[in-house]
This record gives sequence, C-alpha cells and structure tokens, in this order.
Amino acid sequence: MSRTAPAPDWPLWEVFVRARRGLAHLHAGSLHAPDAAMALRNARDLYTRRSEGVSLWVVPAETITASDPQDRDAFLDPAADKDYRLPGHFELPEGVQHL
Amino acid sequence: MRLAAHSGDQAPEPPGLDRLLDEVDQARQPAPPGPPPARDDPQARFEALIAADRKVEPGDWMPDAYRTGLLRQLAQHANSEIVGMQPEAHWIARAPSLRRKAILLAKVQDEAGHGLYLYAAAETLGAHRADLLDALHDGRQKYLSFINYPTLTWADTGALAWLTDGAAIVNQVPLCRSSYGPYARAMVRVCKEESFHHRQGFDSLWTLMRGTPGQRAMAQDAVDRWWYPALAMFGPPHTASTHSAQSMAWRIKRFTNDQLRQRFVDICVPQAQALGVQLPDPDLRWNAERGHYDFTEPDYDELTRVVRGDGPANRQRLAHRRRAHQDGAWVRRAAAAYAAKHTPPTRLARTGTPPTSEKDHAA
Repeated sequence: MSRTAPAPDWPLWEVFVRARRGLAHLHAGSLHAPDAAMALRNARDLYTRRSEGVSLWVVPAETITASDPQDRDAFLDPAADKDYRLPGHFELPEGVQHL
Repeated sequence: MRLAAHSGDQAPEPPGLDRLLDEVDQARQPAPPGPPPARDDPQARFEALIAADRKVEPGDWMPDAYRTGLLRQLAQHANSEIVGMQPEAHWIARAPSLRRKAILLAKVQDEAGHGLYLYAAAETLGAHRADLLDALHDGRQKYLSFINYPTLTWADTGALAWLTDGAAIVNQVPLCRSSYGPYARAMVRVCKEESFHHRQGFDSLWTLMRGTPGQRAMAQDAVDRWWYPALAMFGPPHTASTHSAQSMAWRIKRFTNDQLRQRFVDICVPQAQALGVQLPDPDLRWNAERGHYDFTEPDYDELTRVVRGDGPANRQRLAHRRRAHQDGAWVRRAAAAYAAKHTPPTRLARTGTPPTSEKDHAA
C-alpha cells in the first residue's frame, strides 16, 4: 500500500462521544482534519448523525501515549497474582451476611 | 426539518430483516474470556486469538498476509461506499417529493460516512488515506461490481437499495464478527445504518407498486435489471474464489460466497411477494429437500468483465470520482492554509506530521 513516501494526509484525530449525560465519553472512531474546529465539525457529521451523542471530544492522535500491546504481559502482570484485592479471595464462615 | 411519514398505508417490515439485526446486536457482545494466549511467541498468540474467536487489535503481531488480505478487503469495501454514492446521487435533484429527496440525501451522506469509518480502519493497519484514494483513482483497487450499472429510472433507486443494500447487509452482518477489532466495530455501525437504506428502498418500491400501472411497470423493470447484479455481489462461486479459504481460516470472512448468496435469495423471495414484484428467474422455486430456494446463478463471465472495467458505467464512475477529488483540491489547500495560520505553533508542531505507523493510531 505504501507505494509513495509519507502521504500528505491531514492530522489524525480520535473522536470520543458522550451518549447521554451521566455517561463517560467513549471512543467512537477517528478522522482526518486540518485543525481542531474542523475535526469537531467533521466528528459531529460522522459520528452523531442519529443523535448518538450530547457531547464530543476530538483529540490529536499524536498526543495520545499508549501502552505497547507487545509489552502487555510485562506491563500488566503485576495485577495478575494479587487476587486478594478482590473480595472473592476470602472465604466466609457459614451464615455471615452483609460482608 | 420534520417530514411527515406516509400519508397512506405504511409499508410492512420486510420479512427476514429482524433476524439479521439481532445478529448485529449479538456481535457487539464482548468475547467471552478465553484461554490465556501464549505468552512469548507472537505467532502462537495470534493463532490462539483466532482459534478462540477473539479479536486482533492494531499493534498486535499479525502475519503479513493477514494484514494484506484485510487491507484489500477494507479498501475494496471503503471504495464501494465512496463510489457507491454516485448511482443514487444521480437522482437526488430529481426525487419526486421533498421527503424522498431528504431520505436519499441522508442515505448518500451515510455512504460517505461508511467509507470514512472503513478508511480509518484500514489506516490502523498502517495504510495512508492518500494512498488508498490513489489506488482507487488509478484503478489498482476495485469496488463492488453493481455500482458500474446505471440508474435509469426513479424506481432504480428503490430496487438498488432493496436488492443491493439487502445483499450488502447479508454480506456484512457476519463481518461484525470479523477477527480484526477495528473492522468489526466499524461494521456494527455500518450495518445498523445500512438497514435504514434497505428499508427505505423497500418502502419506495412498495409505494410504487401501489401506484399507477405505469409506476408498477417501472418498479418491476427496475427489479428485473437489479436482481442479477445483486446476486453477483457475493462474488464468484467458492470453488473459483481466489482468497476465500485463507480469509475464512482467519475469520476475516465467515461464510462462503455461495452460502451468503443462498441466504440472500431465501430472504428476498418473501419480501418480493410482500411487494408484489416478480423476481426475474423462471427457475426460482422452493426446494423442500434442501430447505432453500433453487435459483439461477448470475452470469459470472459478466461479473468478471465488469470487475475488469467493462461494465456499462465503469469509466463514467471512475472519471466522476477523479473529477470530484480534483475539484476539491482547492478546498483542501484552503483548509490547510487556514489551519496553518490559526493553529497555535505548539499545537501545529505536535499534530502537523501524519502518523507513520499503526502505533500512532490509537483506535
């Protein structure tokens, strides 16, 4: 696919949509736009044509720091063997309630 | 703008549509926790993910051929949405009512949107948007064959939507479970919106079939011309399909072309009866033994010719697409110049360069 050298695409923006008040903004997809104002307008046209949201964020993809999927195990392992952080780790004597 | 729905009778729900939409909802359920993937060997992990019917995500290791196959599939699909705006756009200015015009505009706008979701999914594999468009414009990358047929009458907008969007839904619903996460997520959005396209086509034909004899004849004529292009959309038979076996093993394709074509025919027959149109196949009949309708296969030589560029409107479609892109060049330049002038220098420094790999793409 990369027949030519780096293509002159507009910057990439990640779009986050809040579906309803009370919910967090969720990643909806991405788009190209020359600036933030255009990114926001395009995001509205692209991701909320059917009233899918009450609020939009657009974030330059370049500014997102992501964990590397290849390092997932090393990076996230520390949580794997600490199931005492979950209530199910503890056995309760019979008859004990509300605990 | 609020446009009144039908003044008269409502078109009934096309039989069979609800089951397909249920499948789209099921595909949105997160995958059940599977066996822990192999830790060290990326290829073993990839194969374990596929075997457990879980998702491959951008940045995961994947075989080159998986990436190439997906890119071909995504680019062909995105291009089909973009060029697929043309047959109906032809009728926007000639729609018989304001309501039909607004519906057609919304449908064509959706198709632009679908193209953009899919290009974005392709970009998570490291492709560049400009390269994808170049490949479309100079004919290296194809789009669906039916788009190369002309829309001769108003009824064609209805028949095309009922038949080819109906075929597209049958094709695309299983792709909501594609093994590649960004493609599967894009397809859930596409299928939900596509069902409106399908439904409005059925509704438009239903209205014509309850009109004057001239309107009924126009609807039937359009169905006669779109039936086989719609059947051909599923591609050549499985035995002659170049990429099918590997794509199915990787779960980026989930059924054979023939299974999907049969499913489409089985769904269409009761819908045609509800509309009161004849499907143009004298050999179409229920086969109780198979539990399916028997039907005449489309002319696969014609399909090959159209895919190669010799359909009735190939040159026209591509020339129009190139011209639209060229005509938009000054708008893109102006927007970039405006952005350069008004974006604070710090922001520009961060966002001014295009992403160079899938790692830059947080999708």
